[in-house]
Amino acid sequence: MIARAVCAATLALSLTMPAQADPHPDAERVLAIGGSVTEIIYALGQQGRLIARDTTSSFPAEAQELPDVGYMRALSSEGVLSVKPDLILSEEGAGPPETVAILKEAGIPFETIPSGTDAEGLTAKIEAVAEVLGVPEAADAPVEALRADLDSLAEATGNEGQPKRVMFILSLQGGRVMASGQGTEADAIIRLAGAENAVQGVEGYKPLTDEAITSAAPEVILMMKRGPEDSGHAVAAEALMTNPAIAATPAIESGSVIRMDGLYLLGFGPRTGQAALDLHDAIYGGT
Amino acid sequence: MVALDASQERLAGDRRHLGRSLAFWLLALLVAMAVLSLGHGASGVSAPRVLVDWLTGHEIAQTDRVVLFDIRLPRLLTGMLVGAGLAVSGAIMQGLFRNPLADPGLLGVSAGASLGAISAIVLGGLLPPTIIAVAGWHLVPLAAFAGSWLAMVTLYGIATRQGRTSVATMLLAGIALAAMIGAVSGLIIYRADDQQLRDLTFWGLGSLAGASWVKLLAAGPVIAAALLVSPFLARGLNGLALGEASAAHVGIRVQRVKTTAILITAAATGASVAISGGIGFVGIVVPHLLRLLAGPDHRWLLVNSALLGASVLLVADMISRTIIAPAELPIGIITAMIGGPFFMWVLLSNRRMLDG
Repeated sequence: MIARAVCAATLALSLTMPAQADPHPDAERVLAIGGSVTEIIYALGQQGRLIARDTTSSFPAEAQELPDVGYMRALSSEGVLSVKPDLILSEEGAGPPETVAILKEAGIPFETIPSGTDAEGLTAKIEAVAEVLGVPEAADAPVEALRADLDSLAEATGNEGQPKRVMFILSLQGGRVMASGQGTEADAIIRLAGAENAVQGVEGYKPLTDEAITSAAPEVILMMKRGPEDSGHAVAAEALMTNPAIAATPAIESGSVIRMDGLYLLGFGPRTGQAALDLHDAIYGGT
Repeated sequence: MVALDASQERLAGDRRHLGRSLAFWLLALLVAMAVLSLGHGASGVSAPRVLVDWLTGHEIAQTDRVVLFDIRLPRLLTGMLVGAGLAVSGAIMQGLFRNPLADPGLLGVSAGASLGAISAIVLGGLLPPTIIAVAGWHLVPLAAFAGSWLAMVTLYGIATRQGRTSVATMLLAGIALAAMIGAVSGLIIYRADDQQLRDLTFWGLGSLAGASWVKLLAAGPVIAAALLVSPFLARGLNGLALGEASAAHVGIRVQRVKTTAILITAAATGASVAISGGIGFVGIVVPHLLRLLAGPDHRWLLVNSALLGASVLLVADMISRTIIAPAELPIGIITAMIGGPFFMWVLLSNRRMLDG
């Protein structure tokens, strides 16, 4: 009984702590779980070893031609085994834990890449994926490109004086505004872009009352594009106008509504430096 | 008058006969479904070949062994127990409340289980690390089980005065309790971050994807015990159909039947929800269908519900894990998608009979 409890405890601990990733240079059938990990594999030029991906891996377009093993938090153990991977490379948060345990039981290496939303974390992520794939030198180019983007970002930011106040709206259903507070990817990218989250004192994605929207007084509203063919800027602006509190914000008065691709904006992969630059330029009008 | 009685008696006799032969066919169906389920899966591992290799002492590939013995087998057993448990719980509740629409969802038992699970997913991180470490990923099922029991005990406490349980009070209190539990769940969901929200969504849709031997050993015996006790309720539930007073007159210990019925449904539903999340429709459709086919005699209704419930869940699970393979569809979607229209069709084609 005690032995079982100890066993369960160590198992649980080993699942919660990101284990030191081991290199697998011989892995030829790699399954990528998580949009940013998939992007990094392509950035490293290792896509030839990729045999399947999860639902969140929607970039680049070629990745979508690979078999889809489902949503990263609801994986099916037999489904994953059926694509016969010899390495599973995952973002943090893949599950359910029972599935992960069975995959490990089946003897398939399961490596988890720690998440990170700042410059250090992003670089570490790329390097970790390169490390696990056994091609550490392949990380040089993408890391350098990322650093260059972040450098030009650092150059661009800080010249604007007062940072602009940006509100990220996740969804707008029935006029109800779901905005992002602290600790979200949206908050992180807004800060990277040299702006300020207009929604302060709220954790996570939360519905906002009209009064909270009014007092947040965003100068810019940021939203996700729903797909590549979604260019309905006018539609989005119209939808925003249905909420009187939103319609009265400085952002709507000045017409500052920015819409960007969700994975590009919030994915925190190799394109994030570029995404933050784009966001910065969109916010500050390319200055 | 006499002729009418005779024909009714014959009808009852036919129905009993029908119940028995139906049980035979349902058992055959269940065996067939179990074999099919074991042999079918996304990975294309052939169950017969692995079994032959295993029996003849040949080497089995690690992956094949894991697929058959650690994925499909626990999943098969979990599916059968959960399906049987939900269907029998539904049949018992409908008998107890003399209401064909009663199911564990109505009384707040499922709501209690959901509240437990939601609390564990959203607030689990606030627990001391040692507890998290020991409970591991059983935290959610354990909390779900605790939640359903708590709901049932509260409900029973409210409805029982001086050793007598009022079924009507319990039904109404159950609806109130379900609403209150729903509100508390909503409050906790409000605290959830987007990752947890996604977990909640998937949990609510129900799935057997997390089936494992450990979970099965924890929850399986509870459901199995409830199923084994359930046939003893048949006579009591048949008596209750006459009304409580009449049942007492024909020598049925009404209070005991009520208590046992409540304990069985709480145990079976709580354990089922705990290992598989929210799987709707089985508890209401299966007993209903069997009542239309073979009459309301609980002596066969309970057994047949267990058999058909198990088969239905196996079929739904087979669809859920193969239809979009290598990904998987939550099973609750399948049961509702098949169960809903099918139920509607059965109702419409039996409308004249139901209207009396």
